[in-house]
Amino acid sequence: MEAVRSMKTEHLGGTELAQSSQAAGGLQSIPALLHRNATEMADRPAYREKEFGIWQSWTWRETEHQINNLARGLLNLGVKEGDFIAIIGRNRPYMYWSMVAAQSVGAIPVPLYQDAAAEEMAYVLDHCGARFVIAEDQEQVDKVIDIQEDLHQFEHMIYLDPRGMRKYDHTQLHEFSHIQEQGFAARDELTPELERRRSKLDYSSTCVMLYTSGTTGKPKGVVLSNRNVIESAKNSSEFDNLRPDEEILAYLPMAWVGDFIFSVGQAYWCGFCVNCPESAETLNVDLREIGPTYYFAPPRVFETQLTSVMIRMEDASPMKRKMFHYFMEHAKKVGGDILDGNPVGFGDRMKYALGNLMVYGPLKNTLGFSRVRVGYTAGEAIGPEIFAFYRSLGINLKQLYGQTEATVFITAQPDGQVRSDTVGVPSPGVELKIDDNGEVHYRSPGVFEYYYKNEESTKGTKDAEGWVATGDAGFIEKDTGHLRIIDRAKDVGKMADGSLFAPKYVENKLKFFPNVLEAVLFGNGRDKCMAFVNIDLTAVGNWAERNNIAYSSYQELAGHPQVLETIKSHVEEVNKSVAQDEMLSGCQIHRFLVLHKELDADDGEMTRTRKVRRRIVEDKFSDLIDALYGGKDEIYTTTEVTYEDGRKGSISANLTLIDAPVVAVTSGKVAAE
Amino acid sequence: MSDQMTEGYITEDGRKIGGTLMEMKNITLRFGGVKAITDISFDIKEGEIRAIIGPNGAGKSSMLNVISGFYVPQEGEVWYKGAKRPQMKPYQVAQQGIARTFQNIALFEGMSVLDNVMTGRLNHMKTNMFQQAIWKGKAEKEEVENREVVEKIIDFLEIQSIRKTPVGRLPYGLKKRVELARALAVEPHLLLLDEPMAGMNVEEKEDMSRFILDVNDEFGTTIALIEHDMGVVMDLSDRVVVMDYGKKIGDGTPDEVRNNQDVIDAYLGVSHD
Repeated sequence: MEAVRSMKTEHLGGTELAQSSQAAGGLQSIPALLHRNATEMADRPAYREKEFGIWQSWTWRETEHQINNLARGLLNLGVKEGDFIAIIGRNRPYMYWSMVAAQSVGAIPVPLYQDAAAEEMAYVLDHCGARFVIAEDQEQVDKVIDIQEDLHQFEHMIYLDPRGMRKYDHTQLHEFSHIQEQGFAARDELTPELERRRSKLDYSSTCVMLYTSGTTGKPKGVVLSNRNVIESAKNSSEFDNLRPDEEILAYLPMAWVGDFIFSVGQAYWCGFCVNCPESAETLNVDLREIGPTYYFAPPRVFETQLTSVMIRMEDASPMKRKMFHYFMEHAKKVGGDILDGNPVGFGDRMKYALGNLMVYGPLKNTLGFSRVRVGYTAGEAIGPEIFAFYRSLGINLKQLYGQTEATVFITAQPDGQVRSDTVGVPSPGVELKIDDNGEVHYRSPGVFEYYYKNEESTKGTKDAEGWVATGDAGFIEKDTGHLRIIDRAKDVGKMADGSLFAPKYVENKLKFFPNVLEAVLFGNGRDKCMAFVNIDLTAVGNWAERNNIAYSSYQELAGHPQVLETIKSHVEEVNKSVAQDEMLSGCQIHRFLVLHKELDADDGEMTRTRKVRRRIVEDKFSDLIDALYGGKDEIYTTTEVTYEDGRKGSISANLTLIDAPVVAVTSGKVAAE
Repeated sequence: MSDQMTEGYITEDGRKIGGTLMEMKNITLRFGGVKAITDISFDIKEGEIRAIIGPNGAGKSSMLNVISGFYVPQEGEVWYKGAKRPQMKPYQVAQQGIARTFQNIALFEGMSVLDNVMTGRLNHMKTNMFQQAIWKGKAEKEEVENREVVEKIIDFLEIQSIRKTPVGRLPYGLKKRVELARALAVEPHLLLLDEPMAGMNVEEKEDMSRFILDVNDEFGTTIALIEHDMGVVMDLSDRVVVMDYGKKIGDGTPDEVRNNQDVIDAYLGVSHD
């Protein structure tokens, strides 16, 4: 009874709010969109989370109720306008509510990568001066407590999961549900204040602050306004015809701009349902159960899935294996064309339909992609074979090019114009230009406001007219208008003979082999290119199992002569392919080695979004690079590693350096270049 | 009634331990002419983690089997919750709120994790076979209620991803965790763990230790465990009983036990003549 009455008062309060924002010119904040959804789509599901084996769901009305209680609880705790509230945890409805509740009271949510080590969090928490932290569980709380002494502005922490927290000192700690209860109990006193603060929100107020992953140096706090987020969400939703009945699965880090736009921006704009998996391990099952219609993943996820499909097919019975390969061959031939609506013969169509019944359909169902209407991959280049594989199954996978600074969208591929080597045409509202050095610049309503407490970087990135440098080198194809990205502008260099050095281009080719997880190419300013390779433990491990090769660790498998031989054959193929590109034929890999450890974000070798930090790798393994260039055949090396709990150790290994065959390039081409 | 009944104590990390939950009084267990346990007495207090350690063949598992009611000692008495326990069938012991795991995992290999854990709820089910055959109505309601308890345990032990996996397909470390889940499903007052870390690697041991501590902390369950790994025992338990050749040679906090000369001898191996 209590709850019902409170809901009514909220609705009354909300109507006033809606009117005031209408006066300001429409829906200008996420809380305003929340209220619209709670009014117009009250009984539609807004959030689902699998817990205790059941999909629990919340309608938009219930969501508003939850968020309002939390917001009043935050007021009760003393949150002021302009405060930063750090949010640390995996994708859960409560964490999303926390962001919107923070916005509702005029505070700024700052989502953090939950797998970051305590020191990394310390930098961000100190940089934004967060007074409040909302953490998911004991693990995150412990990290913040560890670094608490260095955080001068930190005052209160709210935790969601009370497990193991009973013995903690609760002077600064609060349970999430208690904060909500307090907010509910004090609704009469606090609602006017909540409404006053909410009605002040408009397009120019800050919506969220997201830290860049920091491929180089310290992470930067990107401040995005409501204008950035809502305009971007609106434009992109229209571009892909997103509707209120879309289903998405929220599983990418909440600190990543993509997740914020899909799971908050677009979800609130369109009013569709955000589904949260039960745990990271159950992701695949949850994906299958939900069957998202709109799906988003970095290339790595698609690669991993493809690898696991291929491994499982190799273990399948000969009959099934044959059928799989037979129909996949056919899908490769016509699948993409059918998806793009190009003319395909009747016989081929019939055969594809049969394949759909026997192979593609069941496979899509297993992968959880049966209902995907729009799928995107972004963050890095995706292998053409991988891309083609998914498209040939009839999954509308497209590429997107974006940045935190652009509120994601710079370019995207429209339906029917999908290719693996471009990133599409400018998104609605985005202008593009290429400067003299080949660097891509853009201007759009999504262009970020500024880097927090870093005016210098802001000026260096965004010019007076609002153009932002992407840091990527690329060009626009004349006949199609599609943008093609070559590499990070600062990574593109020149070899000693003056030919172009574009490491990522070559690395990606190498990474497209399932056995290769990661590759790093060196050669800037040198006469030859050398490479480091990380093998994919899943793929190579499976191969080892089937061939009765015993191994006990990554290191041992990585040093196995047969593995090295396989990688060598991959390198050879890549060289052949690279040699065909006139501009880049100088980037063939002359020598390589397979690293004795996987590049890891905990060791600083990668960002949390798993991009290689080239400079750090170059420094850390300089002895190996010298050995490669020095022509040695073997080298002994010791490397420091960081364990998950922050302890440090070291591993050492004898590495074999291998010469790879290269294709001779006629000097005429280089001269012409 | 024992006079120690109401005596509790405060542990080093500030947990309050209650009065005596179970007391073993002068237990002697023989198998034919072999004396497995000779005149052993000790108690287990409410809310504590109590370990029984000793070298191979010291009689630890026999002791646990006496506690669980599987073996009936020839001499001595078992007092539980302030009353002398009569001779009982194991299921009656389970009804009293004692649950256990086994050294050599004893799960139903062909059944899913969920079904295995559900078997732990058997004592909480009241419907008869006929009602369950019809299922609709009472049995259904009962299953939903019990499933809820089981799901909370699955969540607690973080085994959601293997909920539907047949136990036979799981690696050893996870099977041990499933066994713990089944024992917890009984909602026991006293949880007996027979070598919970045997055969595990360091990471699995760390996980298991955390779960044992969490169970004790969250549910207030009293835990008696047998363990080989001295490091684990000393970290986990509040008080330790040390056995050697069927006799008790030490009893006290981990520190006391560690400095006990008899214990050092037993572990380093001194000739017994």
